[in-house]
Amino acid sequence: MLDSTVAPKALERFLYLSALCFGVLALGLLLLQFFGKPLLVSTSLLVIVAAIVGYKLSFHNSAMAAVWLLATSSLAAAFLLLFLSDIESQGAVGFAFWFLVIASWVLAWASVSRFTEINTLSRGVNAALSILIPLIFGVWLLLLWEFVTKGHDVPKVLLPAPSDIADRFMHSIPTLWADFKQTFIKSVLTGYIMGCSAGFLVAILIDRSPFLKAGLLPVGNLVAALPIVGVAPIMVMWFGFDWQSKAAVVVVMTFFPMLVNTVAGLSAASRIQLDLMNTYAANYWQTLFKLRLPEALPFIFNALKINSTLALIGAIVAEFFGTPIVGMGFRISTEVGKMNVDLVWAEIAVAALAGSLFYGLIALLERLVTFWHPSMRAAAR
Amino acid sequence: MSDTGFKNSILPVTAVCLAILLIWSIASVWLNTPWQKDVFKRAGAENVGAVEFVKATMAQERPKLPSPQQVAVEVYNTTVKKKVTSKRSLIYHSKITLSSALLGFAMGTLLGIVLSVAIVYNRALRKSLMPWIITSQTIPILAIAPMIILVLNSVGVQGLVPKAFISMYLSFFPIVVGMVKGLNSPDIGHMDLMRTYSATNWQSFWKLRLPSSLPYLFTSMKIAIAISIVGAVVAELPTGAVAGLGARLLAGSYYGQTIQIWSALVMASILAGGLVWIVDIIGRLVTKRMGLNHA
Repeated sequence: MLDSTVAPKALERFLYLSALCFGVLALGLLLLQFFGKPLLVSTSLLVIVAAIVGYKLSFHNSAMAAVWLLATSSLAAAFLLLFLSDIESQGAVGFAFWFLVIASWVLAWASVSRFTEINTLSRGVNAALSILIPLIFGVWLLLLWEFVTKGHDVPKVLLPAPSDIADRFMHSIPTLWADFKQTFIKSVLTGYIMGCSAGFLVAILIDRSPFLKAGLLPVGNLVAALPIVGVAPIMVMWFGFDWQSKAAVVVVMTFFPMLVNTVAGLSAASRIQLDLMNTYAANYWQTLFKLRLPEALPFIFNALKINSTLALIGAIVAEFFGTPIVGMGFRISTEVGKMNVDLVWAEIAVAALAGSLFYGLIALLERLVTFWHPSMRAAAR
Repeated sequence: MSDTGFKNSILPVTAVCLAILLIWSIASVWLNTPWQKDVFKRAGAENVGAVEFVKATMAQERPKLPSPQQVAVEVYNTTVKKKVTSKRSLIYHSKITLSSALLGFAMGTLLGIVLSVAIVYNRALRKSLMPWIITSQTIPILAIAPMIILVLNSVGVQGLVPKAFISMYLSFFPIVVGMVKGLNSPDIGHMDLMRTYSATNWQSFWKLRLPSSLPYLFTSMKIAIAISIVGAVVAELPTGAVAGLGARLLAGSYYGQTIQIWSALVMASILAGGLVWIVDIIGRLVTKRMGLNHA
C-alpha cells in the first residue's frame, strides 16, 4: 500500500535536530536545579528519545515515523499541560518549560511533515490524512495559546486561555443558546433565505433581457464591492430593534452576490449545448431547467458560500446599532465593556462554529448536487 | 468594458443608474409621506398642492429616506465647502478611514504573498494551513473586531494599527487563494523548460512563477482592497471612534441624522469604487508592460 519512503529534506532534518537540542538544553537546565521538577525531566527525556528515534525511522517508513512522532509529541504536550495544571505548587515556569514547549511543537511539525510524505492510493487513508493533518495544526495552535497564556500568566481580561473559555462555554450554555437563536436562527437564516431567493429570481428575470443584463451586471459588480454593512443603521431605523432589521441587512448583503453569480452562471452553458437543446425543440423553460440551471449550479453554490459568511457578519454588525437585550453582537459589545472577556471568546467560538458548520453544510450539499460537474471531479481526484 | 461600445455597455448602465435614482426618489417620497402629512396637519395647512407636497417630502430635516439630491448636496457641502481640517469635513473622515484601510491592505497583501509562497513551496504547510485559512474566513471577524481592538489597546497599540489589523485579516484571504492559484499557473512545459536550464527554485520563482502569477495577484487585490475598506469602516464602529466614516455612521444613527448616514455611505462607496478602479488601472498597465495583455 505504501510507496517508497521519501528521505527527510533539509528543513525536516533541521526540525529533528532542533527538537533534540531543545530537549538536551532543557535537561541540562533541570540538572542544574537538581531535578526539582520530575515531570519536566521525564518530558525532556521523552523528547530526546522521540527526536532520535523519529529521525532514524523517517528513513525507513514514513507512516511509522509519523505515528511515532505524533504519539510522542502528544504525550509530551500532555505532560506539559499536567505540569501547568498545578503550576501554583511549582512556582513560575522557567526556561526549561519553554524549551520543552518548543521541542514538542517541533516534533509535531515533523510528524505533519512525515504524514504529508505518505503516498497511497487508498481513498480512506487519504481522506483520513486530509482531516488529520489540519487537525494537528489546529490542536497545536490551541496548545501554544494555552501554554503561553498559562505559562506567562497573561491577565484574563487580555487573553483568556482556551481552557478558561471552554469552562465558561460549558457554564453559560443557556445564554449562548438564546443569543444563537436570536442572531443565527431568526436573523441570519431568514435574511439569507430571503436574500438568496430574491437574488436568484431577479437574476432569472433579468436574464431574459439582454439590455437589463448589460446594465445591471456592471452595477451589481460595483455594488458587490461596496461596504454594504453600512446600511445597518438605516435598517435599524426602518425595521426596529428586533431581528427584522438584522434580517433586512442580511437580505441586502446577500442579494447582489447571488444576482451577479446567477447571471454569470446562466450564461455558462456553451453554444453547442444550447444548439442541441434547440434541435430537440426544447422551449425556454425546458432549456432553463434541464440545461442552463444545472450548468449554473457551481456559480450559484459559489454565491451561497460567499453569502453564508456575509450573512453572519451582517447580522452581528447590525446588532452593534441597537438590539433587544439578546443576540451575539449585543453580547459581544456589552461583555467587552464589562471585561468579561472569556464570555466574549465563548461567543466568538459559537460564531466561528456556526459559520464553519453553515459553510461546510453548503459545501457538502454542493458535492451531493453537482458531483457530475468537471470541477468537482477534478477536486475529488 | 471600454471597447464594447456605447450601445452595448454605456447606454444600459446609464439607464440602470437613472432607474435606480428614480426608484430611490419615489421611495423617499413614499417613505416620508406619513411624517410630512403629520407636519402639514399640525401646521393647519389643509390644501397642499401635490407638487408642493412632494417637494416638502424631499426636503425634510430628518427624513426616513433622504432624497438623492439631499445626499448629493450634503456630500458636496461636507467635501468641497468645508475646510479639509474641519471635523465636519467628510474628506477629513475619509482620510482616516482610508489610511487604516490602506495600511491594512498593504499588510494583508504582504502576508498573503508570503503565505502563498510558503504554501506553494512546502507540502506540509500546504496540507495543514490551507484548510485553516479557509476556515478563518467563515469566522465572522467583524464580530471579533471589538476584541482585537481591546486587546491591542491594552498592549499599548492604539489608533491606526488595530483598525488596520482587521482590514488585514479580511484582505489576506483573497490574496492567498489567488496567489496560490497564480504561482501554480505556469504549465508543465514551462516548468520543465526551467528544469532543463537547470534553474534553481529561486530562479524559477523569480523568472517564471512570480511573473505568471501577477494577473491573479491583481484580480485578488481588487477584491482585497474593497473588503479592506469595509473592514476599516466597521472597525470604527465598536471602538466608539471619534473620527472616520464608521464613526460618522455611528454618530448619525445615534442622533437620527439620516442624511449624514447616507452621505457617509456614499463617500465610502466612492472610496471603495475609486480604489478598485485604481488597482484595476495599475494592473492593466503592469500586465500590458509585461506583454500579458490577453490575460
